Amino acid sequence: MSLPRLLRGLEDVPLDRDGHGRVHGELPADTDGRALVAELRRARLRGRGGGGFPLAIKLKAVRRGRRPAVLVVNGCEGEPLSIKDHLLLTRLPHLVIDGALALARAAGAADIRFALDEGDLVGDDMLNWALDARPELRGGRIAATVAAVPSGYVSGQETGLVRWHNEGVAAPTSVPPRVTERGIGRRPTLVSNVETVAHVALIARHGAEWFAQLGTAEEPGTALVTLAGAVARPGVYEIALGTRLGALLDTAGGAVQEIDAYLVGGYAGTWVPAPRAGALVLCEAGLRAVGARLGSGVILALPTSACPVAEMARVTRWLASESSGQCGPCVRGLGAIADAFESIAAGGARPSVLDDLTRWCRLSRGRGACAHPDGVAQLVTSALDLFSVDLLDHARHGPCDACERPPQLTVPAFALRG
Amino acid sequence: MRIAVDPIACDAHGLCAELLPEVIVLDEWGYPVIADAKLPARLEGLARRAVSACPTLALRLKADTPAVNGSRRRTGR
Ligand SMILES: Cc1cc2nc3c(=O)[nH]c(=O)nc-3n(C[C@H](O)[C@H](O)[C@H](O)COP(=O)(O)O)c2cc1C
Ligand code: SF4
Ligand code: SF4
Repeated sequence: MSLPRLLRGLEDVPLDRDGHGRVHGELPADTDGRALVAELRRARLRGRGGGGFPLAIKLKAVRRGRRPAVLVVNGCEGEPLSIKDHLLLTRLPHLVIDGALALARAAGAADIRFALDEGDLVGDDMLNWALDARPELRGGRIAATVAAVPSGYVSGQETGLVRWHNEGVAAPTSVPPRVTERGIGRRPTLVSNVETVAHVALIARHGAEWFAQLGTAEEPGTALVTLAGAVARPGVYEIALGTRLGALLDTAGGAVQEIDAYLVGGYAGTWVPAPRAGALVLCEAGLRAVGARLGSGVILALPTSACPVAEMARVTRWLASESSGQCGPCVRGLGAIADAFESIAAGGARPSVLDDLTRWCRLSRGRGACAHPDGVAQLVTSALDLFSVDLLDHARHGPCDACERPPQLTVPAFALRG
Repeated sequence: MRIAVDPIACDAHGLCAELLPEVIVLDEWGYPVIADAKLPARLEGLARRAVSACPTLALRLKADTPAVNGSRRRTGR
């Protein structure tokens, strides 16, 4: 089957139970999930929620546990520009449900929790609509429920999801213990992203060899990318891993303005200068070569008409405000970074502020309970590389004409209060 | 053996850096930065003292080979 895979049937939306069956066929009955465990190991599917961790390794860990596992399907999609999980949940919910069912069997889980952002009312509606067509999941051997998780950038972090279920607090916890050992109700817990789970639905049907017919030898399969910014047709695209960004941009109708840089990997991502972007190979190995990661799959084309300094000032302030406030280095480091960008954008900052930023990035990496500060450090470090002239220009001469233009790196408005 | 800090529990008391300055320095806000290196055997005793001296029980010793079954991410989301 060529592209699209996950996004097949998108034209008859939303796909009901019968339509879904017509497009994909039925899920094979593999009640103890053993065949699927082997198939997932061979498929080498990596998580699509941003971490890129191999699913088979987490699966093995939860299967080792003595108590039955819990499966959390992570649909929080806290990344502001990402809409791929929402697309799957609202338009192809049966694919997600099939994948969850198959993965629950493989994990030995009787309990599936779909975790959605509390603001995603349409996602919640559509998922419940689809679950109503699956009476076997409403209190059968495997039961599925939908949980509304408080909105926020870090709410979808996996220890935070577990804590939300256990204590009603949506903030990360320290590791150890890993959630695969002790998670919801102290049971082994597998947290998997909505897209990851959708891939499982297809691997369960067609197998690992089929999965590897697209993608690279090292990184088989396809991935969903949310393309944003100054392109003709922004939106969600399914690509074979290893596709060049230039080819994806052509599919999307190309840039509609002159592009300064591409942000690859969302707000925990990496800035890549426009002249190098077309040749970027979209997979972990290809992006590693330029110090980037695909992360949650967001790629934004920043036009030269935007001010990168104003954009970075806005987004770092928002990211700092999204810290759960529990770890000193995250609170202080991200706060200092946001203050520095604001002082640069306003003008009158000392040139040494760039050295301060470099140091705070180094001091932020690996020093929080979760990887939120690491993501900010990644974003800021690459911005310092790419935008140093703009930054020094603003530091010395103050705001430019483009500073007041509408944001490209949008953030949820409620967080900008105060 | 390595020493690790739980950043949620740590309250920046700074005692650890006094007891084990070879391995722990404080950042500009008073939070410990721990050298990413194996503890020399002869520092293990001091490391244990630092662990038990931490007022918030934020420090622990851990084996040198990190477990592989987790899902901690390298950077970002
Ligand atoms: C700050 C932060 C925010 C995250 N937000 C999400 C999210 O919204 N959705 C998601 O699937 N994973 C998110 N993650 C990743 C999860 O912790 C976890 O790795 C992922 O859900 C596992 O699924 P996967 O292996 O299928 O990618 C976030 C991680 C961090 C550090
Ligand atoms: S690193 Fe930041 S966001 Fe993550 S748990 Fe600590 S304070 Fe919260
Ligand atoms: S002694 Fe404990 S609380 Fe104080 S800085 Fe060290 S780890 Fe943090």
